[in-house]
Amino acid sequence: MSLLIKGGLVVDPAQGLEEIRDLLIQGDKIAALEPPGTIPGQGRRVVEAKGLVVAPGLIDMHVHLREPGEEYKETILTGTRAAVQGGFTAVAAMPNTRPVNDTASVTRYILEQAKAAGLARVYPVGAISMGSAGRNLSEYGDQKAAGAVALSDDGHPVTNPMLMRRALEYARTFGLLIISHCEDLDLRGDGAMHEGRVSLELGLQGIPAAVEEIMVFRDLALIQLTGGRLHLAHVSAFGSVALIRQAKAAGLTVTAETAPHYFHLTEEAVKGYDTNAKVNPPLRTAADVAAIREGLKDGTLDAIACDHAPHTTLEKDLEFEAAAFGLIGLETSLGLSLKLVHDGVLTLTQLVAKMSTNPARILGVPGGTLSVGAPADVTIIDLNREWVVDVNTFASKSRNCPFNGWTLKGKAVMTIVGGKVVWQG
Amino acid sequence: MEFRRKDLLGIADLAPEEIRLILDTAASLKEISARPIKKVPTLRGKTVVTVFYEPSTRTRMSFEIAAKRLSADTLNLTVAASSAVKGETLSDTAHNLEAMQPDLLVIRHPASGAPHYLASRLKCGVINAGDGLHEHPTQALLDLLTVQEAKGTLAGLKVAIIGDIAHSRVARSDIQAFIKMGSKVTVAGPATMLPPYLDSLGAEVTCSLEEAVAGADVIMMLRLQLERMNQMYLSTLREYSNHFGLALRHLALAQDDVIIMHPGPLNRGVEISPEVADGKHSVILEQVTNGVAVRMALLYLLIGGEKG
Repeated sequence: MSLLIKGGLVVDPAQGLEEIRDLLIQGDKIAALEPPGTIPGQGRRVVEAKGLVVAPGLIDMHVHLREPGEEYKETILTGTRAAVQGGFTAVAAMPNTRPVNDTASVTRYILEQAKAAGLARVYPVGAISMGSAGRNLSEYGDQKAAGAVALSDDGHPVTNPMLMRRALEYARTFGLLIISHCEDLDLRGDGAMHEGRVSLELGLQGIPAAVEEIMVFRDLALIQLTGGRLHLAHVSAFGSVALIRQAKAAGLTVTAETAPHYFHLTEEAVKGYDTNAKVNPPLRTAADVAAIREGLKDGTLDAIACDHAPHTTLEKDLEFEAAAFGLIGLETSLGLSLKLVHDGVLTLTQLVAKMSTNPARILGVPGGTLSVGAPADVTIIDLNREWVVDVNTFASKSRNCPFNGWTLKGKAVMTIVGGKVVWQG
Repeated sequence: MEFRRKDLLGIADLAPEEIRLILDTAASLKEISARPIKKVPTLRGKTVVTVFYEPSTRTRMSFEIAAKRLSADTLNLTVAASSAVKGETLSDTAHNLEAMQPDLLVIRHPASGAPHYLASRLKCGVINAGDGLHEHPTQALLDLLTVQEAKGTLAGLKVAIIGDIAHSRVARSDIQAFIKMGSKVTVAGPATMLPPYLDSLGAEVTCSLEEAVAGADVIMMLRLQLERMNQMYLSTLREYSNHFGLALRHLALAQDDVIIMHPGPLNRGVEISPEVADGKHSVILEQVTNGVAVRMALLYLLIGGEKG
């Protein structure tokens, strides 16, 4: 199988490339990347990409696929279908499934289901502690051998700093990354949204930014102590960005991600008690949004990951305080992120770096580049296609998206994984 | 050279020449234990008291046998049967013992620095038989003697020490002892058990057992204290054993004539496989034999001869 993608604007931050090129795929690998018109098309499937962007396959390093255990919300099949429809060729699956992915056998199950689905690549993330219960370390060596690419406490943050210290050290033993969900549960208490003017108006208990910032500071202090490798998930607060910027300047081994809802929405979105805007960490203020955008622009924030968290009406069609935290994003993430390019916040190369190159580098997985010999994971993007978000067209099983009805500019039109066209639209 | 010390508290304060003297003395005293009548009158009339605040099989018996072979009188205080359980302080216990005029006190204590505390307060000599996480100097000396016998030298050897370095007084003494005698030391274990600043002792540090044993002349496995599992230092014994347990396949990475050591007691199947512990490279029982010789040498050097 041989596929020639002709005349597209190839954007590959890993090679410092943003030029018109023809891209040849042979089998499951990138075979050639040449000036336009130099690779013959005879006997090959040819994709005309004139006017389109050809990017290394997008990687979302933070999603919840809900399988095993909550298949009514999402399965690995529907979740990866949503991924490829949104332009993602790979996703990292968080371990807060049922059972928790704290063992090699669950990791292997997830990989088998992903293989059977045959859509996006799935990189399982193992749990930091057994059962995510915060008491004993899980088997990191075993999980790594089974295919786990990182370890995380996402959804069940590690409150005990001794456990976090040991986790960073134990992970370093096996060359694994720790992904930290920074949240001080005691300080969050019963908070349901950002603590600010809107929570006051709505009479909802607040989650101050300090809930996140305290743990960001703790974890940064712990990597200074242990030399462990840390990635901070879903950064939402002004203060966190400042702490990470400072830590990076001091040479600490930290990377960080944010999500599209943190650079597009504020606490205002909660007005009307919209439970689709109930997310953890919560939507904050305009100043936080500005800080997140600045952090993306100056490189403090390395990656954009959507924290795809499917919930059904069972968890969302409730009074605000009773509703679950979380929103879905795989099918809107690219369109929302491209808005940063259209608005002049990020260059196209920066965007592709944050959605492909950097996630691959942080997780230590293949892909993230279109260099010859790399896996043939490619996303073709029409930067100018306008479309209206309609949750009813989503491949995801869930509908909890606060962006329904938004008009976005820019969309993936073809997603190729391992040389196979897995989605086209 | 002469051995001018009242106490033997740690490897840290020993000069290489002193270590050499102890090893040479031990080597010369070793044959006493092979005689039909295993006794010489050297320490006749001397009294050696062993005071153990922690359980011990090997070390306490080894000191007692060493003293008896040199004709010293020995008595053992085991803490469960002592006044310590009635709340007597360490200092009071020691002064009361000293009032009975022993020549030497051999002490093991869970508090790092306890032997040093006593040595500064008592007129009789003190031997550290293991203090907290700090030092176990007689173990390190018997390890040196065992390697010296097997290899004919200590200089230039690659010594790998594997396991829970953070909580090991054996490791702290061995690292310093081997480095003082010119060996190269690499320590390995999960990063949870490798305290920061280990390299300041002069050791190479790695999380990989394979890397540590590659080309090693000596592999020293440390006992894994099983309670560490519930203290978040490791996940499961199964995983520890997979990654940090010494198995036959690892020996191929080391020198052909590598020797395998362990201070005991063994967790068979955890840090060391039975095939390795009982295999032809193992010198674990020689270590025990040499323990007697090294302790005889120390007793002799501290309270024997003209100094007594």
